[in-house]
Amino acid sequence: MTSSERTIVIVGGGIAGQAVVEALRDRDRDVPLTLVCGEPRLPYDRVRLSELLVSGEDPGGLALRPGEWFADHGVRVLTARRVARLALELRAVELEDGEMIGFERLVLATGSLPLLPPIPGIDLDGVHAFRGPEDCDAIRLAAASAGVRRAVVIGGGLLGLEAARGIVAQGCPVTVVHLMDRVMERQLDAGAANLLLPKLRELGVDVVLERQTDAIVGEDRVHAVRFRDGEELDADLVVVSIGIRPETSLARLAGVEVNRGIVVDDRMRTSAEGIVAVGECAEHDRVVYGLVAPILEQARVAAATLLDLPGERYRGSVPSARLKVAGVDLVAIGAAEGDTEAISIDAGTGVYRKLVVRDGLAAGAVLLGDVRGSEALLAEIAAAEPLPDPLGRLAAAAALGPEDLPDAAQICNCNSVSKGGLIAAVSEGGCATPREVMTRTRAGTGCGSCRASVIAIVAAATGGLKHEPAYLCACERQTREDLAGAIREHGWRSVSEVTGACRTGRECGACKPALAYLVSETNANRHREERHARFINDRVHANIQRDGTFSVVPRIHGGVVTPDQLRRIADAAEKYEVPMVKITGGQRIDLLGVRKQDLPAIWRDLGMTSGFAYSKAVRTVKTCVGTDFCRYGLGDSIALGIEMEKAWEGLHTPHKVKSGVSGCPRNCAEATVKDIGVVALEGAWQVRIGGAAGGNVREGDVLCTVKTRAEALRVSTAFLQYYREHAEYKERTYDFVPRMGLDQVRAAVLDEHSSTALVERLRIAKAATRDPWLERDDPYHPRQFGDLDDVPAHVGGTER
Amino acid sequence: MCSIDDVPVGEGRAVVVDGRRVAVFRAEDAWFALDATCPHRGGPLADGIVARRTVICPLHERRFDLATGQECLGRYSVAAHRVEVRGGDVFIEALEPGWLDAEHRAFVAR
Repeated sequence: MTSSERTIVIVGGGIAGQAVVEALRDRDRDVPLTLVCGEPRLPYDRVRLSELLVSGEDPGGLALRPGEWFADHGVRVLTARRVARLALELRAVELEDGEMIGFERLVLATGSLPLLPPIPGIDLDGVHAFRGPEDCDAIRLAAASAGVRRAVVIGGGLLGLEAARGIVAQGCPVTVVHLMDRVMERQLDAGAANLLLPKLRELGVDVVLERQTDAIVGEDRVHAVRFRDGEELDADLVVVSIGIRPETSLARLAGVEVNRGIVVDDRMRTSAEGIVAVGECAEHDRVVYGLVAPILEQARVAAATLLDLPGERYRGSVPSARLKVAGVDLVAIGAAEGDTEAISIDAGTGVYRKLVVRDGLAAGAVLLGDVRGSEALLAEIAAAEPLPDPLGRLAAAAALGPEDLPDAAQICNCNSVSKGGLIAAVSEGGCATPREVMTRTRAGTGCGSCRASVIAIVAAATGGLKHEPAYLCACERQTREDLAGAIREHGWRSVSEVTGACRTGRECGACKPALAYLVSETNANRHREERHARFINDRVHANIQRDGTFSVVPRIHGGVVTPDQLRRIADAAEKYEVPMVKITGGQRIDLLGVRKQDLPAIWRDLGMTSGFAYSKAVRTVKTCVGTDFCRYGLGDSIALGIEMEKAWEGLHTPHKVKSGVSGCPRNCAEATVKDIGVVALEGAWQVRIGGAAGGNVREGDVLCTVKTRAEALRVSTAFLQYYREHAEYKERTYDFVPRMGLDQVRAAVLDEHSSTALVERLRIAKAATRDPWLERDDPYHPRQFGDLDDVPAHVGGTER
Repeated sequence: MCSIDDVPVGEGRAVVVDGRRVAVFRAEDAWFALDATCPHRGGPLADGIVARRTVICPLHERRFDLATGQECLGRYSVAAHRVEVRGGDVFIEALEPGWLDAEHRAFVAR
């Protein structure tokens, strides 16, 4: 048995167990900690499991901490080791393999188990619970397999609906069967649940209410579920998600007091000396909590108790959940029903807002589709404030700005930042703008849903939103204009000259790529290139992927490719064992998963130039078939697209520039949602700018309509250069054009004199560009493409 | 471990030291070494943008202090190792895992 002096053993590697470990380490760096995880993995974020069901990503991405963290923080962690019993008489836990681990204090964070109904057929193949990554994998694979034509989810709670959404995402029709008269009855009342049903149907999820499943039918594999009334519903896949029960067996066997969960007091102590319980296995004041926020609160109190630190007590939590169901925002706080309810419904838009009052006091709220005012309502419900006029309060809450919140109200849930924290960043931290406050506090940098609130609070705290200059270097508060002026005045030609004189980019480095672009642009590409200032993509001329490999996209002008090029691409893909070859949205071919050290060789084999798909640069010009073959074509879109791409290729830009040319208004090249898009009309070409079809969708503004292809090329080229010279770094054209105003852009780009000058400056800059893939034979450093233990064999090779 | 010429000024490169993958950084006026993998989503820190005392992970722009390994404005940390330059050679000593000087921040809710 290992020494137990001062050791704290934590049983259970879920969110609760990890939260206790972290809360302990925050307070004591030395106390020996052992975390015992039953699952074969480190603690992970179970709340996000349903995302895996949709995406099929590796569960490793959900890890709360990487393995090194435990080593670095002196936490002994055992995985795939289950505790068989608590040997309280020996102050030890006994693992299933017989090892005894001694403890002075013990934490039970054993979580919960999925509830499985004791009905016939529950053991059949094709019937799954929905709890761990293994379940997730099995459900997703089954839903995506050809043999499974129809799935049934038993249970219409939050998890059941999430499971259904994941199954539909694999292309498998699904029906949710629910015992109650409404879905999510724990969070929603009937009104909100009814509004949710059409949204679920839109997603392809069928819902059957008030049906009790009596049996799951099948020989070896499931083929149907049978209801109490004898009716059957075909199913090749059944997911059971009817609820959870606290995992209390270890405690119960050891004689620790258990009711529904392991009973704990306000300091999270169980009935046994030196043992605390936290999370879904614990019952505090007759309530078992299953949401993250209360569990984290419990973990902090438990840590204080374990370390004999006085003061902290757990007083219970008002359950509050903010989530997205079927793509709809939902906030559910406290009780869903009470003796007085104020409700506002807009069935047309699917908005439902309700405030629940019990005995004249705020008791709960359900906000679906419109969650404005939720922070204020949460604060009032948590404090159980008297609510004499709930209807008036509900209406007022919708109009409430975050500036009306109390300082303690939590604004950013991702990073636990309160309104008071934001104000302190202004009053004590010296921040003057929302951007500075967000950088300092990280508020708004997680899911981003609170960003508008953060901006409003900072605006109030700083006495109104001042015009915030877009700093190129936020540390030194230097704008692009200031720096461009200085660069021209002093004739600086390199990033390090600017950094040396002005400190730009020296402290945090975040603006180095912006500075590198500015130096190159103001010098018309006759600058001295310094690769340390470039993002990795621009050091190795390929796009870094999530696993550290790179993607390779050769230039294919206008998307028109020759059989010989295709053959070379195919040969290279095979030779370098490229894991994925994909046609991109911009009509190019992407070789994904190439190792960095293979880049020079694969470029050499391809014998093509760089497509710049990795860079803030001129990307692709997407074209439709145009006049040569299409029977509708009005203009030669392919010819113009190729002319544009050849005129601009190799130029860096403030942000990526995606273009398109369509040969007729049917617009098959989607030119109306491109940064620069041209559409052929009868005898004319319409040029549009500032379009977008990404996270934002914006129809491009019509810059002008011109008679000839040559004119179309000229005005688009003038606009491109205008954008290169005036946009902030990382400012897409769809932000740039509205910021400048279309009139101002037109004045600069359409005026003959200034337009000629713009086109000329672009030509000068273009003349100094060079295909970066030539660095395969001429690297800027012997280890440009390799780490210290890679053999830099392919660099500077002599083939060809 | 390597020659000073093996790492371009202002960049990083990775190498295995005592069984640990370590990223070596040649900053403006000093050398640093951290564990090579970003604890957030496994990004290669050696490919990051290096400033005077920090490196920015190329995948999701988490920024780490080169001397302590602590994330700037965040809750992650990586182990920091000892680097010495003698003559033209760079020596790296992978430090024992253990507590770093940096302040460790609380686990936060999602």
